[in-house]
Amino acid sequence: MRVSRPATLSLRAVGLLYLAGLLLLPVGVVLVRTFDHGLGQAWGWMTTPAAISALWLTIAIAAIAVPLNTIFGVGCSLVLVRGRARGRAILDSLIDLPFVVSPVIVGLALILVYGQDGWFGNWFLNNGIRIIYAPAGIVIATVFVSLPFVVREVAPILMEVGEEQEEAAATLGASGWQTFWRVTLPSIRWGVAYGVVLTTARALGEIGAVLVVSSNVAGSTLTLPLLVYQRDSQLGPQAITGAYAAATELIVLSLAVLLLMTLLGSRREVTK
Amino acid sequence: MRIEVVDVGKQFGKFTALTDVSLEVAEGSLTALLGPSGSGKSTLLRIIAGLETPDSGHVLTDGLDVTRARPQDRGIGFVFQHYAAFNHMSVRENVAFGLRIRKLPKPEVQARVDELLKLVGLTAWSGQRPAQLSGGQRQRMALARALAVEPRVLLLDEPFGALDAKVRAELRQWLRRLHDEQGVTTVLVTHDQEEAMEVADTIAVMHEGRIEQTGAPRDVYDRPATDFVMGFLGPAVRVDGQLVRPHDLRLALEPEDHALEAMVTRVVHLGFEVRVELELADGRTARAQLTRGEANQLELSDGDIVYVRPPVATGAELTA
Repeated sequence: MRVSRPATLSLRAVGLLYLAGLLLLPVGVVLVRTFDHGLGQAWGWMTTPAAISALWLTIAIAAIAVPLNTIFGVGCSLVLVRGRARGRAILDSLIDLPFVVSPVIVGLALILVYGQDGWFGNWFLNNGIRIIYAPAGIVIATVFVSLPFVVREVAPILMEVGEEQEEAAATLGASGWQTFWRVTLPSIRWGVAYGVVLTTARALGEIGAVLVVSSNVAGSTLTLPLLVYQRDSQLGPQAITGAYAAATELIVLSLAVLLLMTLLGSRREVTK
Repeated sequence: MRIEVVDVGKQFGKFTALTDVSLEVAEGSLTALLGPSGSGKSTLLRIIAGLETPDSGHVLTDGLDVTRARPQDRGIGFVFQHYAAFNHMSVRENVAFGLRIRKLPKPEVQARVDELLKLVGLTAWSGQRPAQLSGGQRQRMALARALAVEPRVLLLDEPFGALDAKVRAELRQWLRRLHDEQGVTTVLVTHDQEEAMEVADTIAVMHEGRIEQTGAPRDVYDRPATDFVMGFLGPAVRVDGQLVRPHDLRLALEPEDHALEAMVTRVVHLGFEVRVELELADGRTARAQLTRGEANQLELSDGDIVYVRPPVATGAELTA
């Protein structure tokens, strides 16, 4: 399609304005407002005991949820693409459930299952295991909402790569396990990496499902997004600035993940 | 290794890939499974390899039932049409794969891989990735990789199908030489009858999930068991209800016993041979193939009336 020069320029302008108005401006304002009362003040807000514990909790949740979903995601892709079992179509559509169900509903559903008087809730409570209003619940909620990313990245690559390399490995004497580590995993590694990055980003930023299952107590179940939300809903300019400071921490964390993703993206292009 | 396939059947959903197929592959032979696409030849090869499991029947190697054995345990080497190269490994690592799986000592692996790279002429490419090789080189690498583990049988699934004609012809001759030198029992799947005739010492012609005929290349060409084999192994024309090869038709200018009247519609000079297109009295068309000498003697031109005589000896048994 040929587009005239003025048309190209105006398209570009519209695109940039869209991005600027909806993404860059709001994020930029948060960064600027963080430092309204000076660098020292901002640093203070970022390093309160609540903020530090929230930061670590957020990282810890991601550190549990991401490996779980990576292993599940790769295994599930293998079942979907290589498997011969019946019911793969059902599994395929179930995988997308977290994308189509509102996170708040996910949280509520978890309470119904694992909460007090929930299906399994009392059994766990009687055995001294607290899930809802505890970090365990946040992990489950995070795993749920970030579940599809690895599968959706890996499955198409697995399909594109095809089965022949794995068959060749088998005829050369490799066991299923050896074939997986030496042939399958290396050929899907960029898809796995990309899926991991997306999962991490989602795990760090999730609030809807987490909000419902968290007790929102600083120092125990308050994640960084929840801290932003909590400070923002308190009254007074001080609290707002605190919210901005926590938001900035979250943004920095997310930008690091985004940067990693971009690097992986360029690496992937090179190796193709 | 001697291979016996006994009454093997295989379905894919509603599609019948193989029906009661039996085949014997002699120790040290080079057998071609020849047939059009969809005839079941690749499925049969994959069943021999253990990459597919038959629904019925048995596969025996050296008399041992291996129908349910895993591909890993069958002592086979398999070469795929599209190479199945390990793209994330170098050429050397590809060839070494099977040896490393067997946990052979490093110096031994090195020596064996060097030897194989030399055999397939890829020594200079050992550090490259498969993506940097041409199709022919990639397939030679795949052959070296399969040979590395010293298989007792080499199974080749349309190994030259994705290559251009010149490379294909070279690799064919190379494969035949390799087989003569190493003597590994080899089964080759191909849809190219010329390839099968040139390379194999036994041909099994397959059609719609069955083996139509098994025999030496000359036997299946000269004494085809069915019309399908006749038509698939070379040009064939139907004259007086018989399928015959165009070069077996005799043309004469005067009427003869058992000869049919026909009109010449076109004469095509193809260097040494001359192709004469004919229209028979019953309206059917046929094609005869003459040498230049024969054609010159007859001095044929369009519109001439000739008398066509099919070969008598083989003709009788060919009547459909």
